[in-house]
Amino acid sequence: MAKLASIFFSMVLVNNYLLVKFMGICPFLGVSKKLDSSVGMSVAVTFVMLMATAITWPIYTFLLVPFGLEYLNTIAFILVIAALVQLVEIILKKYIPSLYTALGVYLPLITTNCAILGVTLLNIESGYNFIESLVASAGAGIGFLLAMVLFTGVRSTLEYAKPPKSFEGLPITLVAASLVAVSFMGFGGIIESLFGTF
Amino acid sequence: MAKNNKLELVTKGLIKENPVLRLVLGTCPTLATSTMAINGLGMGVAATFVLVCSNIAISALRKIIPDKVRIPAYITVIAGFVTIVQMIVKAFLPALDTALGVFLPLIVVNCIILGRAEAFASKNTVVDSALDGLGMGLGFTLTLTLMGSIREFLGSGSIFGFAIPGMDKFALSVMTSAPGGFLIFGVLMAAAVKLELANPSKLGDGSGCAGGCMGCPYACGKEPEGGNA
Repeated sequence: MAKLASIFFSMVLVNNYLLVKFMGICPFLGVSKKLDSSVGMSVAVTFVMLMATAITWPIYTFLLVPFGLEYLNTIAFILVIAALVQLVEIILKKYIPSLYTALGVYLPLITTNCAILGVTLLNIESGYNFIESLVASAGAGIGFLLAMVLFTGVRSTLEYAKPPKSFEGLPITLVAASLVAVSFMGFGGIIESLFGTF
Repeated sequence: MAKNNKLELVTKGLIKENPVLRLVLGTCPTLATSTMAINGLGMGVAATFVLVCSNIAISALRKIIPDKVRIPAYITVIAGFVTIVQMIVKAFLPALDTALGVFLPLIVVNCIILGRAEAFASKNTVVDSALDGLGMGLGFTLTLTLMGSIREFLGSGSIFGFAIPGMDKFALSVMTSAPGGFLIFGVLMAAAVKLELANPSKLGDGSGCAGGCMGCPYACGKEPEGGNA
């Protein structure tokens, strides 16, 4: 149990996908202008991360490994994710229309979000078992949500700032992101002291 | 004239349509692998190889691939070449493999590659697509190497692993970690904007995305830049 907690919190705080590992920067810079869109995007990402892990882990362990096809994991995973996103979109549209209207616009963009492929590949690379993989994916998703919400707050204040002309727009946003990333550096080492090392 | 056009296909990627600084594509690998000049260069060369190969393959197959399934087809082609690169790097450059880590397979979802496949290779001849891929790849490699050099110089006081005398005392290790990446990227992007403001005619209109980058729909021009407006 302590190991699961350690994986979860290290994914949320120490190895935050957005601010420490640099995955999923495109939605981070793109949809972080409004709070509801950044929450919507993060929930959709978390959902797809969990689904993708639940499917790619068994595929890797029970299909690719027995046949010695581990090197095909990149191709297999990206195709699974692309198909999965389509499927989720269709199912939500048919059965849970309210959730579809909330998440629908973000779903197609998720296929090429590197955080999804990244989390599935890293789960395999870290040698996690099925439950640990799911916990790691949930942590990655919650960490994504945390960083997005925090950054949306920073960004809404940034709207009133008056940077030099060449810094307007994305450049000053990146500088702000740099400062938010500094705050996440403070979490380094917290996991080892809380849960011990594994 | 025709020769000039071919030359322009290669050179436009360097500055005018620089994929990273002008089109804002492929930000994740840019930030993550530019901790050292050599890593940036390695990532750039790997992505360029995939870009040129996938552009050639997709351009050659552009009349065969049905329009409705073109995106999955492109992704499969790209993933195939990425797997080849992964195996080559693992076999011959194990140090680079460790440095790039998961970002090597993540070339699959680099929006520069899918973006060029959709916006250029699916409409143009094989030779033109290869040159376009080469140009975009060179622009990517150049930017990554430049960013890597700056971060390595400020962060560890060396460039390409060669220590700069006197710099080691002033090394700011924060530059090689995450915050430094965002900071240097923001400053470089501001420099590119500054360059454009100084001589607007020489550079592109900065409208961002060439049309097909489904991976980064927001960062590239869905909303006009300049958040104050």
